[in-house]
Amino acid sequence: MTALAESVANAGGVAPGTPVRPSRRRGAGAWRIAVLLALGTYFLVPIGASIWYTVRDRADGGVTGRVYGAIPGAAGFAEAFGRSLLLAGLTVVLALLLMVPTVVLVELRLPRLRTAVELLTLAPLVLPPIALVVGVRSVLAWAPDYFYGTPVAEAMFALQRPALPWILVLVYVVLALPFVYRALDAGVRGSDLRTLTEAARNLGASWPRVLGSVVLPVLRTSVLNAAFLTVALVLGEFTVASILGFETFPTWIVRISGSQAQLSVAVSVLSLVVTWLLLLLISTLDRRRGPKESS
Amino acid sequence: MLSVLGTLPFFLYIGVFLLLPIGVLAVEAFRATDPVTFEETWSTGSITAITGGPYRRAYLGSLQLSAITAVLSAVLGLALAMAILRARRGRLLRRLVLTASGVLANFGGVPLAFAFLATIGGQGVVTAFLTDTLGIGLGGFTLQSMTGLAVVYLYFLIPLMVLTIVPALEALRPQWREAADNLGATGWQYWRHVGGPVLLPPVLGATMLLFASAFAAYATAKALVGSSVPLVTLQIADALSSNVVVGAENLGKALALGMVLLVGVVMVFYAWVQKRTQRWLT
Repeated sequence: MTALAESVANAGGVAPGTPVRPSRRRGAGAWRIAVLLALGTYFLVPIGASIWYTVRDRADGGVTGRVYGAIPGAAGFAEAFGRSLLLAGLTVVLALLLMVPTVVLVELRLPRLRTAVELLTLAPLVLPPIALVVGVRSVLAWAPDYFYGTPVAEAMFALQRPALPWILVLVYVVLALPFVYRALDAGVRGSDLRTLTEAARNLGASWPRVLGSVVLPVLRTSVLNAAFLTVALVLGEFTVASILGFETFPTWIVRISGSQAQLSVAVSVLSLVVTWLLLLLISTLDRRRGPKESS
Repeated sequence: MLSVLGTLPFFLYIGVFLLLPIGVLAVEAFRATDPVTFEETWSTGSITAITGGPYRRAYLGSLQLSAITAVLSAVLGLALAMAILRARRGRLLRRLVLTASGVLANFGGVPLAFAFLATIGGQGVVTAFLTDTLGIGLGGFTLQSMTGLAVVYLYFLIPLMVLTIVPALEALRPQWREAADNLGATGWQYWRHVGGPVLLPPVLGATMLLFASAFAAYATAKALVGSSVPLVTLQIADALSSNVVVGAENLGKALALGMVLLVGVVMVFYAWVQKRTQRWLT
């Protein structure tokens, strides 16, 4: 599990570059070029083809941006995309509220709990989301079956309002845990938080003061890293929303795809661009935080 | 004591939103609803049902697809990672591939399916090019098949492999290679006795992760093939959306529980292999 945990450290993030021994034999580069060419083609063709699919004008064979222009006004788009953005924001806030204190406490005061916390946060990485959501659905079904007419049922129904399904936020936090935990843990380990907080305590700072003035500034890039990965995850999440029957951005794409194929591909290309921008932001932040933390 | 209280929200949250749903699955998969009286009873009917017929085929299909794609993308991802790390003047290339991997590993699901439909789907750009311009067609290939799904899955699994394995490759110290060279080892001997054994645990770990990702993948398959290919995730969704068949809900729970158990078995096997391969390293 530890090797898996470590190997996950960089999943979704951008690995820092370190110098590696250059190849010695000149003739040995052929397989490299072959690998790069073959995989390069495999990865670039679908992107190029998707763009061509959306910009070609079927009437006169020219190029047009009409499909992209039609996205903002497409029926249901604004609503679904807005809802996904809102869910992403709420998930980020809740995941951070939950994980920042936990990671900091485990690092400073409760190293005994580290293994347990690590195992629990990484579990969603291998646990199929569809299995989790079937379980969640079964729990939600208790409301009409067992709790009908009680405040518990009221609360469970309130979580499932189609306009803002809080239940999705709650499940997305679980799905985001591995990424949030890894990002925060890397930040905590790389910053010698123990020394910093002890220094602050010795100088007479209260715990809230330490949290606000020492811990959070130190973890700023990790927090941003975690936030961006979570946003990317929520904007693309289909399984949970679809099984629980809510309309979010990805389920909207699938719904319209039958009647508007070009539009669905155009939106897919856009979502690739959005993911790319988000991760570019992370990699810029990663580079700014210096060599010591990026280990 | 106060600090233990501070971690309470975390454990409570995990308990309610991770352990409770899975626990409920494990219990309610053994419930059955009588089709006439709608009375609930204990039964192993659902569990028995999922071990045969179309459900058994779906499990086998999912396992086969995820095992093949996991191994394929592990090999290809490792090759790609080695190719970019051994590049002499490859600093730019390395950055480019790593950044692209970061993006594409997160580019699974629905958008990926539509990108491939636009490329080699029925109306796809490449399909049209191959058929109309070259006149050779796709040679019977269709996206709506196991092979088609595998081709699409590799698109997010290979980048995931690159991301997870690059740190392990970077940990291979140049000095080890130099020491082996100075002792007269050939390239094969170096990989057989030094590089290979050191890389084996992380490569196995990464392959496990790929397997779990492919096994759990639902969005891509749903958007691409509907339910024409036997996959357990598609069967679960089908069972849940069926309002006609009484007890389909319980069947869905049993299928989901089966998935959890299979992943659990694979994880235990992985832990055992990991222990064996890491023994000499300590």
